[in-house]
Amino acid sequence: MNGGFLLSWALRGYTLLLFVFVFAPILFSVVFSFNSARFPTIPLESFTLHWYQTIWADPDVWTAVRNSVIVSVCTAVIATVLGFCTAYTDYRYNFRFKSAYMALVLLPPTIPLIIMALAMLAWFSKIGASGQLWSVIIAHSVLTAPFAMAIVRLRLNQMDKDLESAAWNLGASEWRAMREVIIPFCKPSIISALFLTAAVSFDEFAIAWFVSGLNKTVPVLILEIVQGNIDPQVNAIGTFVFLVSMTLVIIAQVFFTLRQSKAFS
Amino acid sequence: MSSTKAPARKGFNGYAATWRFPIIIWQALFFLGPLIFMVAMSFFLVKNYRMEEAFEFKNWQKMLTRGYFWDSYFLTLALATVSTIVTSVLAFPAAFALAFKVSPTVRRWALFLLIIPFFTSYLVRVFSWYVILAESGVVNALLAHIGLGPYTMLNTKFGTIVGYMTLTLPLVVVLQTFALANIDRNLVQAAHNLGCTPWRAVYRVIMPLAKTGLVVAALFCFILSFGDFVSPYYLGGSKPPTLPILIIDTTKSGQQWPRAAVVAVVMMVTLISIAFAALALAYRKRASR
Repeated sequence: MNGGFLLSWALRGYTLLLFVFVFAPILFSVVFSFNSARFPTIPLESFTLHWYQTIWADPDVWTAVRNSVIVSVCTAVIATVLGFCTAYTDYRYNFRFKSAYMALVLLPPTIPLIIMALAMLAWFSKIGASGQLWSVIIAHSVLTAPFAMAIVRLRLNQMDKDLESAAWNLGASEWRAMREVIIPFCKPSIISALFLTAAVSFDEFAIAWFVSGLNKTVPVLILEIVQGNIDPQVNAIGTFVFLVSMTLVIIAQVFFTLRQSKAFS
Repeated sequence: MSSTKAPARKGFNGYAATWRFPIIIWQALFFLGPLIFMVAMSFFLVKNYRMEEAFEFKNWQKMLTRGYFWDSYFLTLALATVSTIVTSVLAFPAAFALAFKVSPTVRRWALFLLIIPFFTSYLVRVFSWYVILAESGVVNALLAHIGLGPYTMLNTKFGTIVGYMTLTLPLVVVLQTFALANIDRNLVQAAHNLGCTPWRAVYRVIMPLAKTGLVVAALFCFILSFGDFVSPYYLGGSKPPTLPILIIDTTKSGQQWPRAAVVAVVMMVTLISIAFAALALAYRKRASR
């Protein structure tokens, strides 16, 4: 049994190492953003807020932040509405070509972003809508709606099928049952979906880079800074971006787990 | 089930349509539309820096007869394949530990932690690797303490794979853990009771039972690596460029969108073939022995 015991601990140690690998870049980005070295390495040089001051004073950064906020908020709303409609359809109805319908809905995240980016760029210039913030919003909504759909669908899985029919039996119309039974039941997952889709949109750079034209979002700005040279500003912006997206994801997770513990019994 | 039917309606059901059609219209306009147009665009012509709608095979001829296109193609294929194998193999022991060796609470927390990076900026993480792996970076500084190095890790295939893994490893571990955690423990126990050694149990019982999930995880890894331009560009040095970088170069410089579309269509066809092959493998019934 001793061998099994050792192996078991070796596996845990290995898993820990894997987590180090996964989180090392995030950690170093944060650490280096406070480090005065132009080309950061260890041992660290002195503590500084210089890089934060630089980006704070940069109007381009502010414009990009404003663009990113607009894009992720609008994307979150559109994607969540679309995702909710689809999740409810999948939960409630069976119809011909339903598997084709579901495939159409769930396919976008499996297509490489760079291909979506080119296709969107070409399509938007064809219909005369390229280089606008709302072209980014539309593209991001296509990309993120499946995530919203999945989250709401998982919540609906936990709903007693009879709950909706009970409402009908008691005389509620379908619309009223939707308003007073389904939507309240799905509320945590809807909030969760809003935050998660916002997080995905906030970090997406390939499509945004291709279709945003001059209206750069934060990731596009980062991409352009990185193309130039090593600039620790990126660490400062990056830390800010991590903070925003982690907050969004954690809020999404909290509401998502709320769903599990407070499921109707 | 004695549940009541929904209020009866005849003909067109406005309620059902309200929920069903938004996504169909949306996806037709902004998902299928762009993709179909991109395929069509691969047959267009570019004259005087302007795109003209046409149906010619010029772009296809131009791209597919060039050596550099095929160099890029096979490089991308090779890198994505290596990334898939390395990531799957490195992820498996961790997924195994998370599925079998830790408490459900630890597992939940671990999965939660692994999901976070998937939704944080990949771009910034790759930039961070750039600094960490540099000639004078953190890894080489650490290695110097024990008298090794410095090693060149940037602008190498090693760098590219590290970058790919930044994107894919957390996801693959999560998917593999789900696959392993869902298999019937009784079957594993039965194998042990019948005198199967632990290694053999992993190979002959656990892996076949979790096959579908493991293959799907590998497929996602392949798709993500195949389509990523950030790692091969910033960590791999882009010599020669991978297909995604080729798309960017062709699109951004010279306005050769139709040629970029050719590259994109070739990528799609490759991915679809590989996805079908992988799914066929994943869902194939095991031959009776």
